[in-house]
Amino acid sequence: MTTPAIAIRDLTCRLGGRAVLDGVSLDIPAGGSVAILGPNGAGKTTLLKCIARIVRPASGAIEILGKASASYAQRDLARVLSYVPQADARYLPFRVSEFVLLGRYPHLSPFSSLTPEDRRAADAAMDRTGTREFADRPIDTLSGGERQRVFIAAALTQGARILLLDEPATFLDYKHQVEVVELLRGLNRDEGVTLVSVTHDANDAALLGDHAIALKAGRVHFAGEISALLAEGVLESVFDTPFDRIAAPAGQILVRAREAAR
Amino acid sequence: MKPRAVLILFAAAAAMITAAAPFIGPDGFSLAGLHSGGVEAQVLRELRIPRVIAAFVAGAVLALSGMAFQSLFRNPLATPFTLGVSSGASFGAALALQLGLHGVWFGISGPAAASFAGALLSTGLVYGLTYLRGGFSTATLLLAGVAVSFFFSSLILFVQYTADVYNAFRMLRWVMGGLSVVDYDSIWSMLPFALSGSVLLWLARHELNLLLLGDDLAISRGVEVAKVKLVLFFTVSLMVGGVVSVCGPIGFVGMMVPHMCRFMVGHDHRALVPASALFGGAFLVACDVAARVVLSPAELPVGVITALLGGPFFLWLLLSGKDQRNLA
Repeated sequence: MTTPAIAIRDLTCRLGGRAVLDGVSLDIPAGGSVAILGPNGAGKTTLLKCIARIVRPASGAIEILGKASASYAQRDLARVLSYVPQADARYLPFRVSEFVLLGRYPHLSPFSSLTPEDRRAADAAMDRTGTREFADRPIDTLSGGERQRVFIAAALTQGARILLLDEPATFLDYKHQVEVVELLRGLNRDEGVTLVSVTHDANDAALLGDHAIALKAGRVHFAGEISALLAEGVLESVFDTPFDRIAAPAGQILVRAREAAR
Repeated sequence: MKPRAVLILFAAAAAMITAAAPFIGPDGFSLAGLHSGGVEAQVLRELRIPRVIAAFVAGAVLALSGMAFQSLFRNPLATPFTLGVSSGASFGAALALQLGLHGVWFGISGPAAASFAGALLSTGLVYGLTYLRGGFSTATLLLAGVAVSFFFSSLILFVQYTADVYNAFRMLRWVMGGLSVVDYDSIWSMLPFALSGSVLLWLARHELNLLLLGDDLAISRGVEVAKVKLVLFFTVSLMVGGVVSVCGPIGFVGMMVPHMCRFMVGHDHRALVPASALFGGAFLVACDVAARVVLSPAELPVGVITALLGGPFFLWLLLSGKDQRNLA
């Protein structure tokens, strides 16, 4: 068996006195694409932030590529994995190319300046994500989907082979959603980039992941194939509400929460 | 215009202003007087030149400090002045004056050491208060800064009240922020802080850029955010402590100058660090010239000039809503 990209054992994390994660254990295979699903407040984003070392867990072990996460220098960790936040409205005073170039930080030493190689890496990431055409635009003027692709470009510029994505497709319109999903699946399929995508939408999870892990109240409630996730009864117990399953023409299953009978 | 071209312009303008400043005052200098080596030459050498150097160093430090705090807190209103650092430093220096700590240890004078300690104390208080309230929002930050500022201002009043007339006047005069009593020694006492601090901020230019993205993204890019913030915080307090011990709290430079520089060179700290230092230095030199000539032959403390310019600027910044966008 190959070393998993991420291995988590018995992870517990408290925020404001509440155990947001409570004994979570899971493996994410290298080159895999895993969707982390669950209702609001289940601890999905906290799990992602613990893996990215943005939030410090209370106890438990996280291994990245077979090595304890805590033993990485911050820069070394940044060359391996990158956190891509929700496309929020935070103010970023940079142009797209400047922002993407900042992703080269883990490759700089304190006294060095950016080299042509750094610029090439940033350009390659912008080409790969189709963001180079608006390289000179201020980030503030981008649409949500464009912004999401720019964030992915910056993560690739770091050299990260593991992307931790928080709701990568949720708040986008259909066209941009398809673009982002195709970009991510392409990175996973063609370049072996490991994807960990947090979402609260089971259809998004099916689009983004081969495997799914469902969290509920800070614990792993389900782990397995997407097809098993969509099977009768699983989503119901994750979200505590009945679902309708609809077969799409190409054979995929779409789900929808069932309205109460009127 | 490219940032590089703007920087070259800044450097040229700063050099011209700084070179001309010693010759501008209530009474002009005559070349003949300078050559004869009389009083005029002495005034120039022993009063004007150190004063202009001190103004440049202080202006550069205050501008750089404001720039660093604005990135650190992701808040355009954050400066050593609005965050109470200056009043903490003033309190330290006032206390040193009152206790007669005039000695010099390892090249650092008593008031400088005390104002340094005061700067650290107040920064720590504001940082701690804001942290306890859970996040660096404009409101919490300004409230904590104002509270700490008031606290130290009342302590200064208390120290002043217990002081004799001579010391009380020196403290009062000093709290206004001025450059009229500097000599070469006072330049030497703030230069080590100013130089090492500026170099450190330059070395941290990439980190300052990344902190603007927010802590989560900065960490994800490989910045050791907690460590970097602590070091920058300490550095800025040290620089400001050195300056305030010599010049008193000169307000608003740290807020106005970095913003004006951002208009011209953008937010990238690779350009913003040198731009702020050059602009800040030249700006305070020019303000000090104005302080010398506006009410000639009387002289205004330079802090009054910067406050007169800074008050409206502060309001404009508040009302223009630029600060709102910076919150996340």
